[in-house]
Amino acid sequence: MTARSLTRIVYPMTGLLLIVVAWGLACWLGRLPVVVLPSPDKVLYAFAGNIPLLLEESWVTLKETLYGFGLALLLGLPMAVAVANSRTLNLMFYPLLIALQSVPKVALAPIILVWLGPDLQSKLAIAWLVAFFPIIVDTAAGLRATPKELLELAHSLKATRTQILFKVQFPAALPFVMTGAKVAITLAVIGAVIGEFVGSSEGLGFLLLTATSQLDTPLAFAALFALSILGVLVYLMVEAVELLIAPWLPPAPERH
Amino acid sequence: MAFGTIKNVRKVFPVGELGSRATEPVVALDDASFSFERGELIALLGPSGCGKTTLLRIVAGLIAKTSGSVTIGGREVTGPLGDYGFVFQAPSLMPWRSVIDNVLFPMEILRRSDKAARARASELLALVGLATFHHARPHQLSGGMQQRVALCRALIHQPNLLLMDEPFGALDELTRLEMNDLLLRIRQETGASVLFVTHSISEAVYLADQVIVFSRRPARVSQQIPVSLPYPRNQAMRFTPAFTQAERAASEALGIVPHVEALAS
Ligand SMILES: Nc1ncnc2c1ncn2[C@@H]1O[C@H](COP(=O)(O)OP(=O)(O)OP(=O)(O)O)[C@@H](O)[C@H]1O
Ligand SMILES: [Mg+2]
Repeated sequence: MTARSLTRIVYPMTGLLLIVVAWGLACWLGRLPVVVLPSPDKVLYAFAGNIPLLLEESWVTLKETLYGFGLALLLGLPMAVAVANSRTLNLMFYPLLIALQSVPKVALAPIILVWLGPDLQSKLAIAWLVAFFPIIVDTAAGLRATPKELLELAHSLKATRTQILFKVQFPAALPFVMTGAKVAITLAVIGAVIGEFVGSSEGLGFLLLTATSQLDTPLAFAALFALSILGVLVYLMVEAVELLIAPWLPPAPERH
Repeated sequence: MAFGTIKNVRKVFPVGELGSRATEPVVALDDASFSFERGELIALLGPSGCGKTTLLRIVAGLIAKTSGSVTIGGREVTGPLGDYGFVFQAPSLMPWRSVIDNVLFPMEILRRSDKAARARASELLALVGLATFHHARPHQLSGGMQQRVALCRALIHQPNLLLMDEPFGALDELTRLEMNDLLLRIRQETGASVLFVTHSISEAVYLADQVIVFSRRPARVSQQIPVSLPYPRNQAMRFTPAFTQAERAASEALGIVPHVEALAS
């Protein structure tokens, strides 16, 4: 095991273990009722006992997340290109985008539910909405941060717009796109769960809500953990894609 | 007729023009005129901000001039001609491409990236001493090595004019001297004409057939100094009277040392 994987795996695991121990101690010493805070073993029991259910609901939430995220990429990237390359479009829409980015989009969830109904579409739409802004804003910023020299070099060779976009601007913007994508995928999970909270009959958010309403707090915690695992997994997926398509990126700075 | 003619070129950056940062019209170039023969290496020397980069960009057809004319190889420059090499102060390589793919970039843009191009890229990399670095990433190279890659990239499409904007300004003295010799060798082998912007008087004199000295902003050509040293040059020539004389003439034109006549009176 290298020193790097040691720091990346062993340390967080130890930290997690410490928290679980503190949590167990709190339950035991504080004699908290299970409904308020179930002890770790009860949560583990609920988790292990409901794996098929958790998997099924996770699958629903995962689909909503990925569809929303995928749609955000599909629409966000071309729109970023348009905004970054056209002065007019930029002047017209960029300030608007920045302004919209700060609107609490989850507040729109009930309205979207009214429009799209309680099925997959509404969750997808909310996930899309929250994932869309980091992607378009970061991508546009990346496209416009293309080194001037590279653009001049391309122009001096009479490069076409397409060549400039695909051979210069887009690769140069890729680190920004990936940063946006990492934020976006995390937000997409949140968007999907919010959608499920507001109105749904399936998904981890729905499970969480029904479990708490039935005072089955251990199951609610189990759903919460499933949700965390899902969040980490989709984030790692984006990171893996990043390593695959942009291996030249300098390694992430060591965090303290 | 001369290979390149720059005649009464004037550039004013108006307020609010697309891509202009100016808050009031900036006269970047007042009146620049000089000419050069095919294969000549011309050093452009002048105080910071006097418009040297602007002139290079005009010659490259990247920005429009306000008035005057630029003719290169018998063609009036109104836009990019596609057969120049460009070297900037920073290497400006693409971090997502390997060394050899960086060198091949111009060929891809010109849609001439074939076997012959790859062979030529290898040849160029060998010429600059990077034969074993084809597949390295730019960030794995030192600044001097990166600038050599940038030089190969500028030469791959066999341009007839090389535009260099303080290409060695960021390098340490020793590397810079090596790069000077390398450039002269490459120039000899390719026969390309070179417009070379520099801040260093001795670099200008060491490299150039002629040194063009610009006045303070707004720039005019204040003097055209021929360097009478023969090629191939070597570092020992720095200590010859001809070298010192040219350096003195350039310094006088820049106003760093008073003119000899002024001293006498
Ligand atoms: N796009 C632009 N918009 C407005 N003014 C500009 C622009 N580009 C250059 N200028 C101005 O034109 C003048 C000449 O700039 P230029 O970059 O050509 O100088 P330079 O001789 O290359 O300087 P240095 O030696 O420091 O590189 C400067 O005053 C600069 O502020
Ligand atoms: Mg300059």
